[in-house]
Amino acid sequence: MSLLEVEGLEAGYGPVTVVRDVSFSVEEGQVVTILGANGAGKTTTLRALSGVARARGHIAFDGTDLVGRSPEWIVRHGLAHVPEGRGNFASLTVEENLRLGAYVRKDGERVRDDMQRCFGYFPRLEERRAQTAGSLSGGEQQMLAVARGLMLRPRLMLLDEPSHGLSPLFTREVFKILRNVAEEGTTLLIVEQNANLVLDFADHAYVLETGRMVLDGSAEQIGADEGVRRSYLGMV
Amino acid sequence: MERFVQLVIDGVAIGSIYGALALALVLIFRSTGIVNFAQGEMAMFSTFIAWGLVQGGAPLGLALLGAFALSFLGGMAIERVLIRPVEGADQLTILIVTLGLFILINSAAGWIWGFENRSFPRALPDGSADVVGIRVAYESLGIVAVLLAVSGLLFLLFQRTKLGLGMRAAAANPASSRLVGINVGRTLMIGWGLAALLGALAGVLVAPQLFLDVNLMGGVLVYSFAAATLGGFDSPKGAIIGGWIIGVAETLAGDYIGFIGSDLTILVPLVIIFVVLLVRPNGLFGSPEVVRA
Repeated sequence: MSLLEVEGLEAGYGPVTVVRDVSFSVEEGQVVTILGANGAGKTTTLRALSGVARARGHIAFDGTDLVGRSPEWIVRHGLAHVPEGRGNFASLTVEENLRLGAYVRKDGERVRDDMQRCFGYFPRLEERRAQTAGSLSGGEQQMLAVARGLMLRPRLMLLDEPSHGLSPLFTREVFKILRNVAEEGTTLLIVEQNANLVLDFADHAYVLETGRMVLDGSAEQIGADEGVRRSYLGMV
Repeated sequence: MERFVQLVIDGVAIGSIYGALALALVLIFRSTGIVNFAQGEMAMFSTFIAWGLVQGGAPLGLALLGAFALSFLGGMAIERVLIRPVEGADQLTILIVTLGLFILINSAAGWIWGFENRSFPRALPDGSADVVGIRVAYESLGIVAVLLAVSGLLFLLFQRTKLGLGMRAAAANPASSRLVGINVGRTLMIGWGLAALLGALAGVLVAPQLFLDVNLMGGVLVYSFAAATLGGFDSPKGAIIGGWIIGVAETLAGDYIGFIGSDLTILVPLVIIFVVLLVRPNGLFGSPEVVRA
């Protein structure tokens, strides 16, 4: 059984439906990416998974249906969502942001260990642990957002455009750490416009177009696909 | 000189009451962006509950505790029933709802308890101490001590507990708070409950000095608005220090500026609000939030 199995997902906000009949799955321990242009419905799909967008259909996470569950319930069951725009708490300190990532956890001892683990990944955050999140640079803020997600010790982590607004240098650093995280066994579902980067280390890829899944395959297959190369990889 | 020091002490005492109500305003503004015009009336209602319990034969201490508990629950209920449906609506809608709440509570109190003046029992000891020739009322000292203790407890709640961290997070970024598993609706309810409790405290502290009637908090609310504006509407520290400054300014102006006397002291907060908005709209300790791109 897959860790996440989505079938016939319809999602949107209020009266507006953004994605229709989307199906995909994520195996435990894999890195899966959803590619697609602006407005294809990538963010809405993630938001449906974490319970903040209206959803219909089936979302089975570790065998439990998530449709209709509150975001709090979903987080408590091990699904972390690092949203578009990072979602940091600007007026709170770096350390408080990290503690918030573990808000629903009851094992205080191990939360402290995990904070050290995050500082191991991102030494810059340790240097700035008492600073407010709003005072960090864009790259550091993205690191903080990823670290906040890790603080849940999630079984599945959703990442929405982790490279957004970052310099190539920072982007490489963030992805290097994501690779580590994945190798240590956290399952990742990444939405990205920067397809080159993510196909490089994903296991499986889906392509979303105007609210529908149009392609899926191994990251290698998708990376080699003529149409994908033309539309998303900027190669002719 | 002695007169001056006495006036300052009286000012700090009355300013502590403004500060408590200003703190209630700040608590709600920080978490929801709502300026709660009904805060004073909620406090008046709470004070009447305490008075009613005393009339019913309860000892004063128990009556106060009962009123605080009921205020906390009432504040939560108001958030859940009246404010939740308009959260996220435009400022004007919310303004009208809180003004409606003002009128509703005022009328309800009149309907239940009538419109006559009542005298409210003193919870703090009467009398005064003589400190190097300056007469300091025990009540003044008590009020300041109560405010400091309450702000200390609030500080511990917000800075040292998980619930407090969640409440600050929900105020800073509600969308992201839901994604880390904070029940934002619940933190907002608790925020309103705490604000109502602070208002109740201000009410029972000020009531013995005035008469208890349905307009008990009308004047106090204006001074508290001045305190919150001066201190910065998003700063708890600012609310308290702002309250003290307003209180001292009021007593000094009433005594030293001839034409103000005791009838025109209401001018003091209004002038202060006006000048602060003109010169320093974020107040002394308020902060426009800064985020680097």
